[in-house]
Amino acid sequence: MPFPLLTSIVFLPLLGGLLILFIPKERTGLMKTIATAATGLALVLAVALLLKFDCGGTAMQFVEQLPWIPQININYHLGVDGISIGLVFLTALLGFFACIGSYGIKERQKEYYFLYLLLNTGMLGTFLALDLFLFYVFWELVLVPMYFLIGIWGGPRKEYAAIKFFIYTLAGSVFMLLSILALYFTSNPHTFNMLELAKSGSALAKGFQIALFIGFYLGFAIKVPVFPFHTWLPDAHVEAPTPISVLLAGVLLKMGGYGFFRISFPILKDAAIYFALPFAILGLINIVYGAFVAMAQTDFKKMVAYSSVSHMGFVMLGLASMTVTGFNGALMQMFNHGVITGGMFLLVGVLYDRAHTRDLNKFGGLGAKMPVYAGILTVFTLASLGLPGLSGFVSEFMSLMGGFAAFRLITVISVLGIIITAGYFLYMIQRVLLGPLNPAWSKITDINRREIFTLAPLMIVIIAIGVYPLLILNFQSPAIINLIQHIGGALF
Amino acid sequence: MNVLLSVKYFLPEIALTGFAVTALILGLFVKRRAFLGIFCLLGLLCAVLLMPQSYQATSPLFSGMLINDSFSEFFKEIVFLVIGLVILVSMGYKAFSDEDAGEYYFLLLAVTVAMMIAASSNNLMMIYIALEAVSLMSYILVGFLKTDRRSSEAGLKYFLFGALATGVMLYGISFIYGLFGTTDLAEISRVLAAGNVNIFASMIALLLIFAGLSFKCALVPFHMWVPDAYQGAPTPVTALISAGPKAIGFAILIRVFLKNFFPLFPGWSEMVSVIAIITMTAGNILAINQENIKRLLGYSSIAQAGYILIGFVVGTALGIQGMMFYILAYVLMNIGAFGCVVLISNRLGTDYIEDYSGLSKREPVLAFLLTVFLLSLAGIPPLAGFFGKFLVFAAAIESKCYILAIAGVINSVLAIYYYVKIIKFMYLAEPRAGLPVSVLPVPATPGTGAVKLALIIALIGIIVAGLFPGLFIGWISASLL
Repeated sequence: MPFPLLTSIVFLPLLGGLLILFIPKERTGLMKTIATAATGLALVLAVALLLKFDCGGTAMQFVEQLPWIPQININYHLGVDGISIGLVFLTALLGFFACIGSYGIKERQKEYYFLYLLLNTGMLGTFLALDLFLFYVFWELVLVPMYFLIGIWGGPRKEYAAIKFFIYTLAGSVFMLLSILALYFTSNPHTFNMLELAKSGSALAKGFQIALFIGFYLGFAIKVPVFPFHTWLPDAHVEAPTPISVLLAGVLLKMGGYGFFRISFPILKDAAIYFALPFAILGLINIVYGAFVAMAQTDFKKMVAYSSVSHMGFVMLGLASMTVTGFNGALMQMFNHGVITGGMFLLVGVLYDRAHTRDLNKFGGLGAKMPVYAGILTVFTLASLGLPGLSGFVSEFMSLMGGFAAFRLITVISVLGIIITAGYFLYMIQRVLLGPLNPAWSKITDINRREIFTLAPLMIVIIAIGVYPLLILNFQSPAIINLIQHIGGALF
Repeated sequence: MNVLLSVKYFLPEIALTGFAVTALILGLFVKRRAFLGIFCLLGLLCAVLLMPQSYQATSPLFSGMLINDSFSEFFKEIVFLVIGLVILVSMGYKAFSDEDAGEYYFLLLAVTVAMMIAASSNNLMMIYIALEAVSLMSYILVGFLKTDRRSSEAGLKYFLFGALATGVMLYGISFIYGLFGTTDLAEISRVLAAGNVNIFASMIALLLIFAGLSFKCALVPFHMWVPDAYQGAPTPVTALISAGPKAIGFAILIRVFLKNFFPLFPGWSEMVSVIAIITMTAGNILAINQENIKRLLGYSSIAQAGYILIGFVVGTALGIQGMMFYILAYVLMNIGAFGCVVLISNRLGTDYIEDYSGLSKREPVLAFLLTVFLLSLAGIPPLAGFFGKFLVFAAAIESKCYILAIAGVINSVLAIYYYVKIIKFMYLAEPRAGLPVSVLPVPATPGTGAVKLALIIALIGIIVAGLFPGLFIGWISASLL
């Protein structure tokens, strides 16, 4: 039997978490070591996966399959292809660095690291599962630790934010469960295997496909989040502790987008085509509306949260385009946004740890006091607002290019979003870094080595992809082309 | 099979009756709850060992009054599980005095025998007698804390409602006898199949019987007794009546209606599906504002009965499997939750959810256990409660009962709110002033270990059944009617 690489990646964090449960409460250092080792090892294995991955192939690789509940044909079935590999790497990467970012957590550390590692297992499993039942289990597994992580370690309105997050996302996913069941019973022989369903799904009547698509949509759109289901996100982000905000923006939102790529579009392709225009319109609303709301924020973290709403709009637009370019852009945008926004939240956390406020109007002139921080913040900001040469630009450009072929007017208006984005980010830079120094911060210290260690690798990724996008396109493009062909060729 | 031959298959019940009477007599001399509890557990073990290993699958006993099949065996095993856990939980319940221990354990074993007989009844008269025996014992148990006004009041209320329900049921059975000339289930279905009965009159009769059983399963509109009886009863008894009689009620519903009558009345499933939807919605909505955890769990178990009823409406093999799996999961998680309530009220002296604030700091293990049970009740994977819901929803989708399935999932979301509310108090809120904050405020009540054992059994059960439901589905599908 070959080494179960994917299973190891998924369950290493959980194993670490279980170990931590057996450690006495006082030995916090050991807990940190175990958590870091578990997520670090998962990252190492994820890198190994990247290296061993055959970029040319479109089939699932490293497949592991075991019967789980044979009576109803449920299997433990993992596999990776060009669509999921980037997200797996992203999750492992952010999982490791956010774990180091968690060292600042001081209370109830045992519970924290256990829940944190459980969360990691849930996220990794979601991206690797090829059985719908298994997918759903991992998907829901993410909710519970996230609830506690926001609710216990969060900010002043943590209870409200946590329960809102829980109920919103659960409400979406139970409808997804119904669609999963309906797919199962209409397939012949009955199966939860996503790959089999992708082959047989097109035989379903269009009206039925549309009904199922809406069920999945509720699950995925709330996670993305697509307007008008986005209201849980700013609350959750603002209240969550820094490392959790990183994972929330960096990974959790991607689960929704990934669901469209892996389930909705391949299995229910007629419905996907039917919904292309609404998708584009929702993408537009997300981009422009999210950007406008971000501009109005005075809370740094809330601003980044709404910028996520805006940036995820590009994913929707790229998906709506039904072209290779648009799909590539959308998938890449998920990866890039994860890295950039993950970094942005870490940076907000750095500032908050020192100043204990996130009010943008209370800063000013920090560029002189914290030169290294200022430099790093500028790089991430420029990447986020889409400066060419940095990763955000490539993916947004590709999404827009795909979108332009399909929905000209909508895309033209969407581009406005980029201008607004540039506006609020530069305004933020001005308020935080430039101008006269607010005397309150005369004693503020610059970013420390541990923090730089968590941010530097993300910067390297941002620049590398910005300069040489093929790094990521090579992995995902064959799978995307395959997906487009499966749907029936580029639509527009 | 005649009486003498039947006795061989009736040994577990006989043995348990013996143990029950002995416990009553022993209780006169030995005033120690732990001792009597262990004695009763021995009795249960003895009954389990005496369960017939092999029997002619559907051999009727006692001239057709009882039937010993794998279906009744499944529910007898559920009863053993319930009673075993309840005995353990009772051993650590502070409000019980050692004086009445013998009487209490006698009642527990007697209700076990009654439930076992109910599970294998094959005749409407036998069903009535067995259920009535279950009920009478339950009334006494609910009012067992004689000095506690709430407990007596609960017992009285339970009794009054119960008497009405059984009266209605008996009325229905008399209709059936008048129409069919028999109360034997097999005979009745034979006559029905032949087709020369008044369908309308038999519908009315069945409706009356259904109403009687609805009381046992706490379906709306026969749920009124639940909150008061649950709150007033001693908590181990609450655990018992929320699990045992309900499981048996569903067993009889399946045996009487699905096997014999259901297929002959086409309009039936619509009516029951409306009841299912109302039951789960009412249970969930009423649970939201409860401040007492026993009342809240009472309403939640009304809602859970509504979900179980989905499988009944569908009536397919998958539906019944779903019901049976759900009942198994429900028994474990409900008794688990009530077990936690026992230990918490031993410590805090209160059942109000607000007083659970900060419990995770005071009693981390207990808070964790209660959280797992609540999450399972809420249907979060990978716990057993999720798979139970999954199966009944699957059955509904398979039979294209989409509205029922959608009502089910909307209700699951509603329910999240109040389950998570309890978790919120335990983990997110600060401990309330005036209540013990330190980890060891009072010496542990005797018998805490037994309750913990019950909780651990329930915990392992719901985790294993959630992660590897296949193990249980095999057992369940082998015991389908």
